[in-house]
Amino acid sequence: MDKLKITGAQALIKSLENEGVEVVFGLPGGCILPAYDPLLESKIRHILVRHEQGAGHMAEGYAHVTGKPGVAMVTSGPAATNLVTPLCDAYMDSIPMVGITGQVPTAAIGTDAFQECDTVGITRSITKHNELVTSAQDIPMTVRQAFHIASTGRPGPTLIDLPKDVLQNPMEWYWPSDDEVLDSLPGYRPNVKGHPRMIKEAAKLILAAKQPVLYVGGGVLKARAAGALRELAELTQIPVVTTLMARGAFPDSHPLCLGMPGMHGTATAVTAMQKSDLLIALGSRFDDRVTGKVAAFAPDAKIIHVDIDPAEQGKVRRPDVPIVGDCRLVIEEIIKALRDMLQSGEKQSDVGPWRSRVSGWREQFPLAYDQSQPGAALKPQFCLEKLRDSAPQGTIVVSGVGQHQMWASQYWRFEEPYTWVNSGGLGTMGFAVPAAIGAKVGRPDKTVWAIDGDGCFQMTAQELVTASLEKIPVKIGIINNSYLGMVRQWQEMFYGERYSEVNLSGTLPDFVKWAESMGCVGIRVEDPEETEAAIDKANSVNDRPVVVDFRVEENEKVFPMVPAGQSNDDLVLHDSQMPRREYLK
Amino acid sequence: MSGNNPYGQDSQHHVLSVLVKNRPGVLARVSALFARRGYNIFSLAVAPTDHPEYSRITIVVDLASAPLEQIVKQLFKLIDVVRIGELDPKLAVKRELVVVTVKAEAEERGQIAELVRIFDGKILSVGSDKLTVSMDDEPDKVDDFVNLLSKYGIVETQRSGMVALPRLSTSPTN
Repeated sequence: MDKLKITGAQALIKSLENEGVEVVFGLPGGCILPAYDPLLESKIRHILVRHEQGAGHMAEGYAHVTGKPGVAMVTSGPAATNLVTPLCDAYMDSIPMVGITGQVPTAAIGTDAFQECDTVGITRSITKHNELVTSAQDIPMTVRQAFHIASTGRPGPTLIDLPKDVLQNPMEWYWPSDDEVLDSLPGYRPNVKGHPRMIKEAAKLILAAKQPVLYVGGGVLKARAAGALRELAELTQIPVVTTLMARGAFPDSHPLCLGMPGMHGTATAVTAMQKSDLLIALGSRFDDRVTGKVAAFAPDAKIIHVDIDPAEQGKVRRPDVPIVGDCRLVIEEIIKALRDMLQSGEKQSDVGPWRSRVSGWREQFPLAYDQSQPGAALKPQFCLEKLRDSAPQGTIVVSGVGQHQMWASQYWRFEEPYTWVNSGGLGTMGFAVPAAIGAKVGRPDKTVWAIDGDGCFQMTAQELVTASLEKIPVKIGIINNSYLGMVRQWQEMFYGERYSEVNLSGTLPDFVKWAESMGCVGIRVEDPEETEAAIDKANSVNDRPVVVDFRVEENEKVFPMVPAGQSNDDLVLHDSQMPRREYLK
Repeated sequence: MSGNNPYGQDSQHHVLSVLVKNRPGVLARVSALFARRGYNIFSLAVAPTDHPEYSRITIVVDLASAPLEQIVKQLFKLIDVVRIGELDPKLAVKRELVVVTVKAEAEERGQIAELVRIFDGKILSVGSDKLTVSMDDEPDKVDDFVNLLSKYGIVETQRSGMVALPRLSTSPTN
């Protein structure tokens, strides 16, 4: 049989096509050059970024909203190191992503050649897996492995490092079968089906619990389990908290939804977890931003922990019922077990009194802020409310990291899964602009609003040039308080108002001019009265990116807040609610 | 050295026998994971198996640094790790090799040679006032051997790190 002889570079592009890749975010350079040549003939869309970090976050944003691995392709050395932050970000938030880096020719590896760096060494601890390819013949298999590993089990980033000569050398084309891929990875068999005995144990605990809470994490979204979750919640009438990574997994408007738990969660979500007698953790990992001081976290709760990553079981809190498996499959099995038990006459404990207690907290402790005085600066929360209220249904919200991120998560009302994209685990400032671009590329049918901070925006704003040239009409709302706002808040609260290096200047840059110089529409909003009109204008622009610079109050703080390392019982509320804090005890 | 029995029943050490794909970088992945997660390696030995595609890494881990369960689970997340056996020190056959250069004036040489004989060791090299000897056995026997030699004055010691496999069952299996 005649085998097709092609170069490694052609094999790479062909492999990406075979994997169903529609778009690659990247920037060419010396060692990856051979791969960019066959790209000219490929149907794959390439989006030329201005900085490799942008390519990585775009790939993440794309993956967040589509569920498919995002692909970033860059050259060796500095380009690879620029990709390190997005890889780490994707690793922390379990985002499927494939990074492709050029490498110096195999003969030059280890000689400190121009633009050489030990990419696989550097990225070893921040990728699910990485490979330095040493033969062109290995390329199709390595690509298949990379996509398989990135998108199955607990998703995460993978990286393929390709020396220039490997891209140039000839190979005989082949495409490995699924079985061949599995056989090549004998150490990788994620367990997707929960253990039947554990599922039964879980169902028993659920029926017995008087004060249960569904503690929903990003894993529910990764497993496409939002539908199953809703069925479970409605069947059992158990209240739901959605973590920062899970916003949208359960509709905020649902009567069982308590909103976000954690350091800046709602008082109701935080307190319900603290007082619960059963936490049903679904694809959540007991992150320190959720638990506060671990020893004081939900002290009376039994734990059911469903996670596809066995290493999460017992990492922070020992579960009473550990279930390793895919969230959707396990939730469906739990529902089945519950139905069987209920049908055979078993009764669920009455959760009515618990729900009344929770509702009481919700009425007493809504999110609160002081409206601005006439003539005073905008309130950031007000901007979020206005943006939310005029956003088309299904709008995707992308955020950077800091105060604006917390306000966005708090004040937006997420009704659908995959409408919230943010950097949760790594907390990467500068995530929003490129991630929003990636999200819009993945879902061109949806309005994409990035809620960014003025600090964050200045880290990756150059990608708006990419967005303008590539006709990717994202909308960016900068919640501009002229400060590194979250750091300022900590200095105010925990460093005796000694402000050290947090003022970013109220005058520079001119965000409107900057936006215009990048081909975007730029709008400045300084007065509450102008807000709606400005947002309407932004929403009406669909042929280019829009940047709205909301000049907001500098001193506003995010509440509620559990100070780092403290117990979730010691929640700091908005001033107006502090007098009745006892009600949460 | 005395009192420092790393493999004894009350020690904080546990033995992991890790089957990995025999590929470049695997040892780096394993050791980088230990470093990244703050796990301590007490000793580590790596060698090919009878199967050309796999190698075996025998790691003695220090459980004071992390619970064994977390170490095993994190280790198993490495794609190139195929299987992990946790070896209970009491239910494993263990071997370690030691090579020692010890001071040996003419009048002491006989005593040292006798020790080596008792421990089933070997004399590898004879110098005018030193001997280099080797022995292999269970790690605590190796400790004893080194302890007994130390009174003559040890010049240099090199231990291999432990390798181990599960002890076989004597009852018939089906």
